[in-house]
Amino acid sequence: MHTLPTDRRYSASHEWIKDNGDGTATVGITDHAQAALGDLVFVELPQLDQVIAAQAACAVVESVKAASDIYCPVAGTVIAVNEELSAMPELINQDAYGAGWIFQLKLANAAELNALLDAAAYQASLHDAG
Amino acid sequence: MLSKTQFIGYYVATLSILTPPKKAKLTAMSALYRTELYPVHQQLGATFMPFGGWDMPLHYGSQLAEHHAVRTDAGLFDVSHMRAIDVDGDAAQLALRRLLANDIARLTTHGKALYSCLLNPAGGIVDDLIVYRQPAGNGYRLVLNAATAERDLNWMRSQITDLEVTFIQRPLALLALQGPNARAKAAAVLPAQLRDAALALPPFTATSADDLDWFIARTGYTGEDGFELMLPNTEAAAVWTQLIAAGFTPCGLGARDTLRLEAGMNLYGQDMDETTTPLDSGVAWTVAWQPTDRRFIGRAALEAQRASDHYRPFVGLLLLGRGIMRPGQVVTNHHQDSIGVITSGGFAPTLQRSIALARLINKTLTIGDPCHVIIRNTPVAARIVKPPFVRHGQAQIELN
Repeated sequence: MHTLPTDRRYSASHEWIKDNGDGTATVGITDHAQAALGDLVFVELPQLDQVIAAQAACAVVESVKAASDIYCPVAGTVIAVNEELSAMPELINQDAYGAGWIFQLKLANAAELNALLDAAAYQASLHDAG
Repeated sequence: MLSKTQFIGYYVATLSILTPPKKAKLTAMSALYRTELYPVHQQLGATFMPFGGWDMPLHYGSQLAEHHAVRTDAGLFDVSHMRAIDVDGDAAQLALRRLLANDIARLTTHGKALYSCLLNPAGGIVDDLIVYRQPAGNGYRLVLNAATAERDLNWMRSQITDLEVTFIQRPLALLALQGPNARAKAAAVLPAQLRDAALALPPFTATSADDLDWFIARTGYTGEDGFELMLPNTEAAAVWTQLIAAGFTPCGLGARDTLRLEAGMNLYGQDMDETTTPLDSGVAWTVAWQPTDRRFIGRAALEAQRASDHYRPFVGLLLLGRGIMRPGQVVTNHHQDSIGVITSGGFAPTLQRSIALARLINKTLTIGDPCHVIIRNTPVAARIVKPPFVRHGQAQIELN
């Protein structure tokens, strides 16, 4: 297991969200999640300009074995989606924290990020889950 | 993202590694059987999954890479969870001609293999199996599914109490060597005594050496050429290691599932079970109607179903729109009426498309017709096709 990036926050449902510092944030799934899902073969991206409530299902990733909803960790409006994933869903397997990003949000309230897990707390939650 | 994960088919338990408490996981695992090769799989870094009561390798890193290795080169599977049963005795042939829907009288030469369903009196499928006429002697060997073997044995014994026949479980390791280069790469690893005979085997035949307790068949479950080996458990680890050294890619049950789906082969318990007959399951071709005086179990029910013409077409689907088809999704016609349900579905790595097997409720749609599949409440365009989807590395259906 790689060291978790400390420049972002995590959800208990295995998404990461990185504050871009300009009122926007980038969302993806964790390396732990991609490893557990296995080879990804399809990504359904959110719509541009879609307004998403915190914890709402807004995208889907499908691996060889299962489909999983992606939950938006905080509220916001979709301002960008990673179109490269349509042709290369494996980017999430290869680089979950970088090239495998899924969408970007304009944050409704940046303070919501503080309620999410930091890297240490997310790591601890994985340990607890065995 | 995981609390509402739609777990698919028999992979349910594997993804649950993300959430369950440690204690529950250990309890569940301790109840599972392990094959002789379990430590070898651990060393290779396998991810395990429960399947049919066994803790089996799901993959060794990338299921897709393993799938492609079988289509283009040579893959090695541990399938020792499957059960080899030797059927012997003066009445062995009589017993199997009563028990099986296919007719072992078709095994006119030693070593020939036959795929068959085992039916209940209502024509429902108790299991599917391969039966080999032993390469020497008068007996037969069955290979049964892991989850159903015990039930099958009890069933078969209960149906032939009047006959002189024995069913003996053989505690053997089973290895599947599959892919266009599998036979050539295996040659150097096979016992010298059997090598020439093994390489000369026509498809769907077997050879054996009783003194070694080795059995080699040119059969498989992937749509590729290859061998299936049965050998003593004590030799399994050494043979596995030599095959890997000879260039085989270790492959898990994940790749086995996508390969068999592309090959249009049913998975027992998912595509068919005791509530479906061979006529409902795309395997009517395995029912030997001739000779008409062979009274196999289930015959009367199947004949009645065939005469009534009331059976459910079992078809393939190719998804034309975006997404992945999964078991349980509903198939609809252009009036948005439900016309069937998917039994197996997923991503076909060879085709880079989503394919499925589906059971329809009637014959209003047929091969080539357009339909829709309901994926997350949205109808996605698909087409009804005739399996297999892939054989010997080549697409067997029109992809446009």
